[in-house]
Amino acid sequence: MDQERIRNFSIIAHIDHGKSTLADRILELTNTVTGREMRAQVLDSMELERERGITIKAQAVRVTWKGHELNLIDTPGHVDFTYEVSRALHACEGAVLVVDAAQGVEAQTVANAYLAIENDLELLPLANKIDLPQADAEGAASELAGLVGDTPDHVLKVSAKTGAGVEAVLDAIVERIPPPSGDPDAPARALVFDSSYDQYRGVVAFVRVVDGRFHAREHILAMAQGTRFETEEVGFFSPTMKAADTLDAGEVGYIITGLKDVAKLRVGDTLTTQARPASEPLPGYKDVKPMVFAALFPTDSDEYPQLRDALERLRLNDASLSYEPETSQALGFGFRCGFLGLLHMEIVRERLEREFDLDLLVTAPTVAYNVTTPAGDVVEVHNPAEMPPERERVDEPYVRASIVVPKDGVGQVMDLCTDRRGRFDHMEYPSPERVLLVYELPLAEIVFDFYDQLKSRTSGYAGFDYDFAGFREGELVRLDVLVGGEPVDALSLVLHRDEAYARGRALVDRLREEIPRQMFDVPVQAAIGSRVIARETIKAKRKDVLAKCYGGDITRKRKLLERQKAGKRRMKQVGAVEVPQEAFLAVLNLNDTKR
Amino acid sequence: MSGHVRHLYVHLPFCAHRCGYCDFVTVVGREGQHGRYVDALLAELELEHGLLAERLETVFLGGGTPTFTDGRELRRLLAALPSAAEVTVEANPETVTPALARLLRDAGVTRVSLGAQSFQPDLLRVLERRASPAVVRRAFYHLRDANFDNISLDLLHGIPGQSAAALAADIDEALALAPEHISYYELEAKQGTRFAHAHGAELVRQAEAMEGYFDLVVERLNAAGYRWYETANFCLAEADGRDLRAQHNLAYWLGRDYLGLGIGAVSTLGDQRRRNAPRLRAYLGSLAGREAPPREVEALDARTRAEERLMLGLRLDTGLPLSEARRSVDDDALGRVERLGLATLSADGNGRRTLVLTPRGRRLGGAVTVELLA
Repeated sequence: MDQERIRNFSIIAHIDHGKSTLADRILELTNTVTGREMRAQVLDSMELERERGITIKAQAVRVTWKGHELNLIDTPGHVDFTYEVSRALHACEGAVLVVDAAQGVEAQTVANAYLAIENDLELLPLANKIDLPQADAEGAASELAGLVGDTPDHVLKVSAKTGAGVEAVLDAIVERIPPPSGDPDAPARALVFDSSYDQYRGVVAFVRVVDGRFHAREHILAMAQGTRFETEEVGFFSPTMKAADTLDAGEVGYIITGLKDVAKLRVGDTLTTQARPASEPLPGYKDVKPMVFAALFPTDSDEYPQLRDALERLRLNDASLSYEPETSQALGFGFRCGFLGLLHMEIVRERLEREFDLDLLVTAPTVAYNVTTPAGDVVEVHNPAEMPPERERVDEPYVRASIVVPKDGVGQVMDLCTDRRGRFDHMEYPSPERVLLVYELPLAEIVFDFYDQLKSRTSGYAGFDYDFAGFREGELVRLDVLVGGEPVDALSLVLHRDEAYARGRALVDRLREEIPRQMFDVPVQAAIGSRVIARETIKAKRKDVLAKCYGGDITRKRKLLERQKAGKRRMKQVGAVEVPQEAFLAVLNLNDTKR
Repeated sequence: MSGHVRHLYVHLPFCAHRCGYCDFVTVVGREGQHGRYVDALLAELELEHGLLAERLETVFLGGGTPTFTDGRELRRLLAALPSAAEVTVEANPETVTPALARLLRDAGVTRVSLGAQSFQPDLLRVLERRASPAVVRRAFYHLRDANFDNISLDLLHGIPGQSAAALAADIDEALALAPEHISYYELEAKQGTRFAHAHGAELVRQAEAMEGYFDLVVERLNAAGYRWYETANFCLAEADGRDLRAQHNLAYWLGRDYLGLGIGAVSTLGDQRRRNAPRLRAYLGSLAGREAPPREVEALDARTRAEERLMLGLRLDTGLPLSEARRSVDDDALGRVERLGLATLSADGNGRRTLVLTPRGRRLGGAVTVELLA
């Protein structure tokens, strides 16, 4: 297809603002499928997929409208996948920015709009749900116009639910979004904006061809990673997989690579042909590094192999999940996992627990620290227990947080940000009722309960999104917890010096409550290096006897002792001290809800 | 041909009132059935007679309230039971009259265990005991007057509302009577009992203060010349060579076999433990037909017996010959427990090793046993 007749776009929206309904309506209007067919077809293909074990989800759908080929590219919905979102946006020339006319601009809308603007996309602002009685189409239009620097009359007013205004959206896509402008005769280059793993066909890459042309049975090079493979098939989704002879400059589609490891083909890489390789890759490839780390231990140590298998399976479809084995004296064998962000961590944890039926103990999330040693080496530390004792400086990751808050909640939110070592950047007023606050915050300060605090201080009205903003030096210390003189590796934390005393005290108090009295005194300490900053003693039991035991009592008392023994066996051993799993859980929960 | 069992327990379940904290098999009312019950006991004895050795060491009548049983029936039972070196009867103070004391003495009873529980009127009320402190003392004198020279007092510590001073006062009262033997139990409020329901919260409040009560009991009784020979039992170390430990109970703690008669009664016979169903009607019915009553039977394998030897043997001040519990003891734990000063291991000339808990170890006996269990 002539590039002049191709339009590549995505729909970006805050959750529940109507992105999928709009996409469904576009499929219907373009006769890609009828409403009824769509449901039937989607269901059929899901059945089929289930039977064949195929798990490829369409990341881009091709439709035709008035002689044009439109490619609708899906984007992951959350900030943790900012890089993936940015690559998906990079595959487009334009984006439809959807806002619920009853809700107005949300923090996620703002972050996504900025991302689209950074990627030089043509933005089509759209106020959705105008059929709702509480909708304020004009208000939403003026907020949107303010956000993208457009005029309110340029904002599309639509009800994706009823279909009102959707044709105008398609027309606007053709009219206002520029066509691709790659060189069809240059050596082939395609951007990988997503990938998926299928157990029969291997890694399927979703690509945007920029220059040249790709076809099946061709030797390909992924330029950033140096991976080589032969294409088994090229094609596109409309809405199901359709093989094609070629994918040409400007087009969007899939390439079946036959690769067996998603890690071999990372999002952002550039594909070219081995026969006529391009000299330069497309710009913007980043080796995405996990920013949030936590160790996962099976509560039942016998389940370690299951946990390992489950992580392997998850990683097949999630190249951004990283993990390495970790051994804790107290918690046994587990894995330290790296996540893109908090949501990513929650997703992985939930899938492990739900899909793989694992019971997990998760340590306090920590971030990646760059530690400069006295010798001048810089090491990246993901585990507080591995923080070197001698440090020249420690740099921690910061984020740029966009917080949209009703105007009477501004003071509360600013207090929260200040408490969390935030640095105020600026403030905007997208509407008379709402304020956009932009803060720079240490990532470590938001990995705990920042979002919960934000919600509770604004009665649930604040929205929040963030983007990484680089590393800054911090006054950070490592806080160790010692039970019976033995450091409990899984409970070590890295935190700001000013917080260390309060946290140390809270940890020690909680452990004193949770660890049962033993046959000897057990000191519980929090320490920075060799300096103890909080201490409690769990006094030895004075008495533990079975009051009486005669002929009729023996069986029952024996069973009681056997039960106690079984309970003891379930305890975790810290030196000579037996610590129930619940104590670790309580302390780890304390970390979840500090302050 | 006679059997090997030298210890006989007979359960007499009848009580005037069921005390809130009690978890024994008891029957309230049914005075009309005492005679039938004694008939049944004697029928069961006849069925099991072959298990008993020619000469018994101990017979123990427990309850319930054995002394609440109709006097004639009690006398008939005692007369029909085999004789033994030690014959103990449990008695509640309010049932002990001069006549009853004489009846017991005349029937060959050598020892009475008197359920005093406390000498504080308010605490006795909490326990729903019918006897007043004066009645407890009077019962004791009646027994002495009937020439009982081996009387045990049952006392409780950890009663809801009991202060340390009240406990000390109880100990003084008990010592003033100079009993040969004292059993001092911590009150156990069994979950689900009426008592736990009524007093659970109070017991939780008192828990920390009460931790010291056990120490107080041990210290006071030791100071008064009583030997702390078992976790909850004390006896006078008599100069005339009498061993005043409760010989019947000692048999349990030493892992001997015993035969139990009556509802809810337990027997341990080699590799078998059995328990008569705690149902009066079924018991009477079976034995009226000269059939064994319904029973639960538990097989005791070697490991289980070894665990029990550990659990019971460590309760005694004489300790546990390790050979009796070899299968159940974790050697590493043994080392830990010794290092913590909770137990000592000694060997005799023949290399037989005995594990004895230190005084602190005995206060933590339950935890030490759990620690040692392999």
